[in-house]
Amino acid sequence: MTAHDSGPLKRTPLFDVHVKAGAKMIPFGGWEMPVQYVGIVEEHRAVRSAVGLFDISHMGEFEVGGRSALAAVQRLCTNDAAPLTEGQVQYSLLCYPEGGIVDDLTLYRVAADRYMLTVNASNIDKDWGWVTEHEPGAAWKNVSAETALLAVQGPKAEGLVQRLADTDVVSIRYYHFAKGKVAGVPALISRTGYTGEDGFELYVPAAEAAPLWHALMEAGRPDGIRPIGLGARDTLRLEMKFALYGNDIDQTTNPLEAGLGWVVKPAKGEFIGRAAIEALRARGVARKLIGFEMVERQVPRHGYRILKDGAAVGLVTSGSFSPSLERGIGMGYVRADLAAVGSEWDVEIRGASQRARVVRTPFYPSKAKK
Amino acid sequence: MSNVPADLKYTKEHEWAKIEGDRARIGITDFAQEQLGDVVFVELPKVGAKVTSMSTFGVVESVKAVSDLFAPLTGEVVEVNAELPKKPETVNRDPYGQGWMLVIRMAKPAEASALLSAAQYEQLIADSGH
Repeated sequence: MTAHDSGPLKRTPLFDVHVKAGAKMIPFGGWEMPVQYVGIVEEHRAVRSAVGLFDISHMGEFEVGGRSALAAVQRLCTNDAAPLTEGQVQYSLLCYPEGGIVDDLTLYRVAADRYMLTVNASNIDKDWGWVTEHEPGAAWKNVSAETALLAVQGPKAEGLVQRLADTDVVSIRYYHFAKGKVAGVPALISRTGYTGEDGFELYVPAAEAAPLWHALMEAGRPDGIRPIGLGARDTLRLEMKFALYGNDIDQTTNPLEAGLGWVVKPAKGEFIGRAAIEALRARGVARKLIGFEMVERQVPRHGYRILKDGAAVGLVTSGSFSPSLERGIGMGYVRADLAAVGSEWDVEIRGASQRARVVRTPFYPSKAKK
Repeated sequence: MSNVPADLKYTKEHEWAKIEGDRARIGITDFAQEQLGDVVFVELPKVGAKVTSMSTFGVVESVKAVSDLFAPLTGEVVEVNAELPKKPETVNRDPYGQGWMLVIRMAKPAEASALLSAAQYEQLIADSGH
């Protein structure tokens, strides 16, 4: 994130709302964002047991339209966008010709000839340059600044959003969306999320973000709704083993070792990175991104080394205390022969070897409506 | 506002020390636990270990971050709060009481006079913008 460290931090349309709510604000990917309001563990549990409201307006949105839109998306993204119907969402990747990852994203087919790509906040400038340079013939529009994004996640999310919506949201299937009004605000209502809970992500005009936030907080009071910071967003996604760009995936990692081969579809035709990834697939990967838990009460962290009999065999890419499991869990790349569930090795924590074992993931069972 | 008991001594690194004869009881301040957030891991030295003024004696981890613990005074560890690693959240709940960490026998009692008073520590917190 070096490119962002020098410039002033950007703020979402909800910055003042967060400060007023007592949030602790931190720099994240060039943005000044709430890391927590009352505490990460309490916020995490509110999402697992009731409902939480997240401001993720820092994420970027690009639109691409016209007759060449699908072809452009197909050449840029690794997944096959052709079967997407209007109202459907797809997880996908942008890759470098060498197979490294530019970004991970969600792709929305918003109309017959129009798509929206939702990209990571820290990658907006890089991704915008990437898509417009590689597909200059398509009609691109960067709508990041005018688009706010609120996530409503948790077992009470469906009921809450339905009470405020003028359209049937219960029938929106996982990784699908509908357009409608929520609390009078025009929204793209997407049944997606980054928590492993059922819920929605609401794309709304930036100017309407604050009224919608307040309406959701007010209507959600009987449900026990809480605002949720990036701290709990991170522990929630880690319990699902969802990759975080910059931690678990980046230019130096490829989709196959990251366990994202399921969104790489070489049969669809040419796309950037296809040949390199196909060669990797033929050769087999040398390391794999796995989920592990600590045997003792220890907390693994990003950057810690993974050791087997004292020799380095991998690296922790994400690690934290898991509020649901009440133990240290992590993700990391480890040599392929040490990646099977049940494999044991050590994580080096402050110079000492601490035992860890590879476990089945997600760490916590997903409640998302599949 | 953070609680800053008047009868304790403080460090700039947000530890407190309660002088009891030739011994000092040590922990982290209310301000420190607020800043850390949920404490999920505490690592302390063993009885008999030597600690040195303003050197690290252990580690406290919140969900998000790892922080070193600094000894306010030089001496030998004579008591350790063995319950704390099992119940790290005690640091958040009761930082000056059940959340104590060590008792040391001071090797250089004169060091205590160089620690911050409650008033000085309150000023330090105020100056840090909180």
